[in-house]
Amino acid sequence: MQKVNRLQPFFENLAFEREDDTMIINFGPQHPSSHGQLRLILELDGELVTKAVPDIGYLHRGMEKMAENMIYNEFLPTTDRMDYIAATSNNYGFAHAVEKLLDLEIPRRAQTIRMMLLELNRIISHLFWLATHALDVGAMTIFLYAFREREYAMDLMEDYCGARLTHSAVRIGGVPLDLPQNWITKLSKFIDKLPSDIADYEGLLDQNRIWKMRLEGVGVITPEMAQSWGCSGPSLRGSGIAWDIRKEEPYELYDEVDFDVPVSTTCDSYGRYKLHMEEMRQSIRIIRQVIAMYYETEPEIMAHAPQYISAPKEQIMTQNYSLMQHFVLVTQGMRPPVGEVYVATESPKGELGFYINSQGGAYPYRLKLRAPSFWHTSLLQELLPGHYLADVVTIIGNLNIVFGEIDR
Amino acid sequence: MIETALIIETVVKAVVVLSVVAAMAGFATFIERKVLAFMQRRLGPMHVGPYGLLQLAADGIKLFTKEDIIPQNAIKPIFIIAPVIGAASAFVAVAAVPYFPEFTVFGYTIHPIISDINVGLLFIMGAASVGMYGPLLAGLSSANKWSLLGGARAVIQLLSFEVVSGLSILAPIMMIGSLSLIDMNDYQIGGVANWLIWKQPLAFVLFAIAGFAETNRTPFDLVEFEAEIVSGYATEYSGMRWGLFFIGEYANMITISVMVSIIFLGGYNDMWFIPGAIAMLLKVSLWIFLFLWVRAAWPHIRPDQLMWLCWKVLMPLSLINVLITGIVLV
Repeated sequence: MQKVNRLQPFFENLAFEREDDTMIINFGPQHPSSHGQLRLILELDGELVTKAVPDIGYLHRGMEKMAENMIYNEFLPTTDRMDYIAATSNNYGFAHAVEKLLDLEIPRRAQTIRMMLLELNRIISHLFWLATHALDVGAMTIFLYAFREREYAMDLMEDYCGARLTHSAVRIGGVPLDLPQNWITKLSKFIDKLPSDIADYEGLLDQNRIWKMRLEGVGVITPEMAQSWGCSGPSLRGSGIAWDIRKEEPYELYDEVDFDVPVSTTCDSYGRYKLHMEEMRQSIRIIRQVIAMYYETEPEIMAHAPQYISAPKEQIMTQNYSLMQHFVLVTQGMRPPVGEVYVATESPKGELGFYINSQGGAYPYRLKLRAPSFWHTSLLQELLPGHYLADVVTIIGNLNIVFGEIDR
Repeated sequence: MIETALIIETVVKAVVVLSVVAAMAGFATFIERKVLAFMQRRLGPMHVGPYGLLQLAADGIKLFTKEDIIPQNAIKPIFIIAPVIGAASAFVAVAAVPYFPEFTVFGYTIHPIISDINVGLLFIMGAASVGMYGPLLAGLSSANKWSLLGGARAVIQLLSFEVVSGLSILAPIMMIGSLSLIDMNDYQIGGVANWLIWKQPLAFVLFAIAGFAETNRTPFDLVEFEAEIVSGYATEYSGMRWGLFFIGEYANMITISVMVSIIFLGGYNDMWFIPGAIAMLLKVSLWIFLFLWVRAAWPHIRPDQLMWLCWKVLMPLSLINVLITGIVLV
């Protein structure tokens, strides 16, 4: 008979009483450093990890299914909730995929604004990465330092689109608004100051003995491993493979700006830390060039495609056909041609790909997201064994996993 | 009659030291939050009282009124007694610590030490090591795996640093020839030049590092590091039971600061124009500030790295130090 007042042991507690010396421990989903809802089932020998099984699904919201019941413009704000650290990169990934499907030409001004926002989001994401990663390793002060700069960057985002986390700052066919007054000045001020802040973080961490002890040689991803587990972004470049979609398959104006793809050959966590720092500098470089390009553009910010994209506001207010078209687009949605498309962009975390299958209706027939964090999470089962429990936290933080886009 | 007077005096002193150290431990938490906040460009507690000074009282009330939870599968008697061991041993260690030079009130000379036993230093170290039973028993009895890991880490930490702190302090003991902290203090009478730190710099550094480990302060904060093992041994504790661990930890911090000040930094002897008692307060404050500074500046170390550091680096160094001291003395 069951004892009424006594909790029944969970399965891992049963395993705890096995004969061998290993202990099975549930790392998450409720754990201070599980970066969202990661559940890792770890088999520990002392503190040494002998087996690791990542378990996901605790944040699943069925977004891909939701997309099948929404018109394209309706789905765009939902993409904010995927990688909520850098929401604009998701908005952009989706908008870009739909634009490929529609075969739209985006006005140059919109492209420059998008690039500014994308790189700003990359900086926000990398600052957040540094903050949480340092906190996981125990450097509490870096956390607050990096958050301060992230705050300034988010203020810029707020000035542009009104939101701090869930931006929805990009529209299918362009951007909703031109840059507000003085925004460029504020942005320039921010990116002028940022390099010295990055130097501050590096001053605190680069030659810090304990930081190096905790990161060097920890979480070594060999180039073969990185390729076979589908790594992308900093995790792949941290293994010495110079693969950046901005360079390989340039979108927007990335082929017109001059930037380097930093690579680390040490393959360990410390190399990836240096890589993230360098990527922030490259983002600053890109923003500088894009600011100059912005001033040479025409003020048009939405693509001209009456079948799919609403006309500018003044036309809607003055011309009857534009108003009618706008009404149809808002109530029924655009109807892209039959076809399927897979478009990958370089999000701060890696290759963010959207696959859209359109049957000619107002809703996508199928939408699939290739989230970089998902692949990096699966890598954990090969990466973690042989490391100590303390390293598990370092590695999870270092891979920059965000659960919004894994479980979507 | 003299014995009765002695007993009364000792009891009064014990009560005073207990309450002052407990209050200082509480105050240290406030200072810690403020110092960390200023180093991290924040303000720290600001809302309760002027500059958040009454935050301390608010926290105390919160700890006392919180629901006291004992997990269902925990081993109750051990679970209950573990925090008491932690706090009690920290306060027992305080008994052999002299704080100030002796002074006279109403023609009655007071020695600000509860008991000047001739093995004072050994007693303090012993009592402080017993304190490790707190985390260990808490970890074993909580029926929680994170607690278990925390308890295990407490033991490896004890095994690693205890050897170093013992050996590093052996060299000064050889020079002074006494285990009483009052003798150690008196050995350094006569200004800054006579401080032991100049004669035993290596022992000073080793003891300081071991002190960080003994008090679970940041670079060696393995026992309850949140990002790794949730709250370590204290995961299942709540309310005042958790508070006891906390007070014990801060009392340990104060004890270590006092010990370093007395053994290496000239103790409560007058420093230039500064009277001994104030000099002592300054030194202890400096050490507590150092503890907080390090917490703000450095990441954590891994348990295996701590063991590597203690057994392969610090212990040989302290052995060499003892050897050299012995040769010089002979």
